[in-house]
Amino acid sequence: MSRRALQILFPLGAGALFLLAWQVRHVSLPEDTRFLLPSPADVLRALRENRDVLTRATLNTTQGALLGFALAVVVSFVTALGLSLSGWIRASLYPYLMILQMTPIVVVAPILVLWVGAGLKSVSIITFLISFFPLVVNTTQGLVSTDRNLVELFRMQRARRWQEVFLLRVPAALPYFFTGLRIAAVLAPIGAIVGDYTAGSSAGDGGGLGFQAIIYSSQAKYPALFATAAIGCALGFVFTAAVLALSWFALHRWHDSYERADK
Amino acid sequence: MPASPLVEFRAVSKRFGDGPLVLDGVSLAAQPGEFISLIGPSGCGKSTLLRLLAGLSPVNGGSIVIDGLTPEGAAAELAFVFQEPTLLPWLTVAQNVEVPQRLRGVPAAARRATRERVLDLVRLAAKADAYPRQLSGGQKMRVSIARALALSPKILLLDEPFGALDEMTREHLNEELLAIRGQQAWTAFFVTHSVAEAVFLSDRIFILAANPGRIHAEFSVSLPRPRTADTRLARDYHDLVAQVSRILRSVEDVAATV
Repeated sequence: MSRRALQILFPLGAGALFLLAWQVRHVSLPEDTRFLLPSPADVLRALRENRDVLTRATLNTTQGALLGFALAVVVSFVTALGLSLSGWIRASLYPYLMILQMTPIVVVAPILVLWVGAGLKSVSIITFLISFFPLVVNTTQGLVSTDRNLVELFRMQRARRWQEVFLLRVPAALPYFFTGLRIAAVLAPIGAIVGDYTAGSSAGDGGGLGFQAIIYSSQAKYPALFATAAIGCALGFVFTAAVLALSWFALHRWHDSYERADK
Repeated sequence: MPASPLVEFRAVSKRFGDGPLVLDGVSLAAQPGEFISLIGPSGCGKSTLLRLLAGLSPVNGGSIVIDGLTPEGAAAELAFVFQEPTLLPWLTVAQNVEVPQRLRGVPAAARRATRERVLDLVRLAAKADAYPRQLSGGQKMRVSIARALALSPKILLLDEPFGALDEMTREHLNEELLAIRGQQAWTAFFVTHSVAEAVFLSDRIFILAANPGRIHAEFSVSLPRPRTADTRLARDYHDLVAQVSRILRSVEDVAATV
């Protein structure tokens, strides 16, 4: 069998084994506690039964995740450009950027609700706060890690500062940027769901997956809770896949990480 | 009357920060069209000398005059070939060769004509659309040289450009470099660790001593030009290599006993 086929078959096999173990564990529980671990079939059924509510919630969460993620990309890029200008700027501002990262979201959420109200705005900002840091750190690192010789090549041609930044430092930082983007792509949907859980609102059709999780757990609808979790995972996979595709598109022609082993 | 030198070092000294002298009272003059090699033990400041010439770093004492100008003022007449190929990996060979001209604002049509000419010179026209990672080490170095030549420099500075290559490739590129020089009359400053390479290429070799870096000896290479692969078979060539090696060893022995 070809290597390629095995590369697909093995993960599928692992997934099947996992589902089987799940089912076995479900069946091995005493009847009266089986509700603690719904079977895969129960979860599927819950998905189908709640598809209208879950679809709306997924779209709302996706919207918040995309907005926050896009905001994080734009703001982190501009911030990283500023930070890359001098070591002094970096030393002065890094501690405060870390504060952004270190403040617990459950504490930030009520403040945000106070300032901008519950709902999409708060959810997007929380997503932004969670995905911003890995982006800014990686992009800044990339912008200041340009090969010394390349910088001197540019300086010898009396390159203008903007030429050095946009023709040299930014493209050289792309692999670093995409490393940050991959991390942020995993964090953004989580951020949107946590944001929705802590600062979401169902008013005006605004409830997302986090909000739905609160409702299902209060109603003891455990299969639906598992279904919500599964959708959250799927959303993370979609974001990650999109970023991987983007990264491939930007880097595969020249970057060593896409070097084929058979060359 | 001797022609006025194109490049002149007048008692140049250099130190980095509060560190020890890297170069101490270096004086030398290069005539237009000369091929000069700088050789010496590590730490003798030969690369630093090249960087001063390129205006990448200021001198602390003495002065450097290039065609009547300071190194900063003469930037347009210089091209630098680094130890590594130093290509932009996200650009194709053709785009890489055009980078310096692009930075200088040369229009696209002129850039293209120059690029085609210099890629022909280094026999890489067929690789114009390849990315650096698709090239061998020797090919990358040839792109790097083509990029330098695209500036039509009066002075070409080469900092151990073939140091990382295998012997065969290095010898080929040495021959190629001289063949190109037959068509373009630049003056060369070539830093190397290889005596054989220095003898093969140069009109004059400066042997530097270390701690602090200074010129220990100057050696004229009288081998006839054009020099080809056959030159390496000649008796004279081997005698010269032996002589320079002996001088270099005496410098390194002194360094070892200090």
